Amino acid sequence: MKEPRIIVCAKQIPDPEAPFSNVTVDVEKKEVVVDAPDVISPYDENALEAAIRIKEEMGGKITVLSMGRKVSDTVLRKTIAAGADSLILLEDPLFERLQSRSVAYVLSCAVRKIGDYDLILTGRQAGDWDSGQAGLILGELLGIPSISLARSVKVEDGRVVVEKTVPVGYEVVEATLPAVVTVSNEVGELRYVARTKMLALLRRPMVIPKWGTKDLALDAEKLKKVHLVELSPPADMRRECVFIEGATPEDTAGKLASVFKELR
Amino acid sequence: MSEVLLLVEAKDGVLDNKTLELMRGGSDLARESGLDASAVVVGHETSALAESVDSYGLKKIYRLEHPLLEGFKPDAWVSALEWLCKQVSPKIIILSHSFVGKEVAPRLACRLNGELTADCIDLRIDPSDGLLIRSKPIYGGNAIAVLKCEGFPQIVTVRKNAFEPMEPVGEKSEVVEMAPGLDESMLRVRSLKTVREDVAELDKASVIIAGGRGIAEKEDFEMLKALAGAMSKTHGKVMIGCSRPVVDKCWMSSDHQVGLTGSMIAPDAYIAIGISGAIQHLVGMIRSKKIISINTDPGCNIFKVSDYGVVGDYKEILPTLVKKLEE
Repeated sequence: MKEPRIIVCAKQIPDPEAPFSNVTVDVEKKEVVVDAPDVISPYDENALEAAIRIKEEMGGKITVLSMGRKVSDTVLRKTIAAGADSLILLEDPLFERLQSRSVAYVLSCAVRKIGDYDLILTGRQAGDWDSGQAGLILGELLGIPSISLARSVKVEDGRVVVEKTVPVGYEVVEATLPAVVTVSNEVGELRYVARTKMLALLRRPMVIPKWGTKDLALDAEKLKKVHLVELSPPADMRRECVFIEGATPEDTAGKLASVFKELR
Repeated sequence: MSEVLLLVEAKDGVLDNKTLELMRGGSDLARESGLDASAVVVGHETSALAESVDSYGLKKIYRLEHPLLEGFKPDAWVSALEWLCKQVSPKIIILSHSFVGKEVAPRLACRLNGELTADCIDLRIDPSDGLLIRSKPIYGGNAIAVLKCEGFPQIVTVRKNAFEPMEPVGEKSEVVEMAPGLDESMLRVRSLKTVREDVAELDKASVIIAGGRGIAEKEDFEMLKALAGAMSKTHGKVMIGCSRPVVDKCWMSSDHQVGLTGSMIAPDAYIAIGISGAIQHLVGMIRSKKIISINTDPGCNIFKVSDYGVVGDYKEILPTLVKKLEE
């Protein structure tokens, strides 16, 4: 078959693994303030890794599609450093804080504009809102098959063959291309990108297309924003921690053993 | 349009506890909004399953019966549920935020022109417009968003433990058997085989010993297993868990993962080793009765939610700990 054209939808978000002490909730402005750098949503990184493995085996092209407010090409250029071929940013004030169905609608318009594609990969859910909807709805809107929770993705003879995580183990499923697959972390983490490679890439001039409402044949009426009634901090999870200390690690272990014995 | 419709799920052929919680949530919403609560059972030869939900005071139980609905084939289930919803036009649709719900709900919502809110922990009705007021944790649980979405049907998935399980009330429901029009061509994803694996059911453990990013090598999990071995003689069922980075490294299968996208558990004791305490992990284990942590970083978040803490290197602590417990 021809070399597959893969689209990876990747979202830039504040680091979801930032310590909770670095996250504050601005109740007035109804905003979550994360004191940490932005990253690519972890499951989207898994999706990119799955795409790169397919490309290593069969050739092909990987286009990363990223949408959101103040998307930074420095964060997303990591996808190029890791092995993607091109990056397209979807940026428009109208794209801010959209509901999931509207996000999927914008993505579907961008995918249609790209036109030539075989496989769309994305993370099972984004690490900020954890909705897990965009990929599956994208499949609906494009009228193509969708498979979720992939732990491995292979392309063979115009089909995608996926090992999908299910409660009893895994299920091997296949669909005719083009198809959408949402990827889970069992695929493995995105390969390490050397700092020197990343820095070299950042210095290199690169034209990154930015598509807004005007560039996509989309109906702005269909874009619905999230209606946030209220935002509040979660219930306090803190406990009073008793630290167990000893003169030596053995001594500490002995004291810890007494704690364990009391648990019975 | 007078119904709250909920999706019944089975586990190992019997009614799933999550569905009992959904029934409580659905019945409360129905009462609040003057609607009827009804349920839908999807599958093939589902009379026993339908019977197991017919004494909870639900108005109707729709049995969507078709050979193609046997097992869980998302394409078939979505089409069948779409077909039913177009017949009965429910005002509110609620599903568990389960393996099935996560896959079905977004696609169903899209086909019915509804906006789904996934993984809700609280639901109320706005009396002014009849819309759902949906509470959902975001940023891994660092904030709770309260949302409203326009239009009907209103559709949500609900997190485990959001509602108390429903008790039987004795009133029998009307069972309505329906045969949705389905054919093979609707199944665009073909199932080749299902491979059963030895899956760790962490919710059955009384103690979980979990390793995280701070575990230096895959082999070091042997130390955690040795501790599990020592404890299992005296502490009941002891199982090994982990945080997401361990699964990402392919050191452990995802059934061992504790947290937002893994298991959410509440054992008697949770022992966190080399886990810094990312919020997505904490939401999965915070209901543990006792939390004991070992970590080299005294400032890390895991200690803020622990009952006992040891600042130190697990490699130095664990072997002696095992020896002392075996004495």
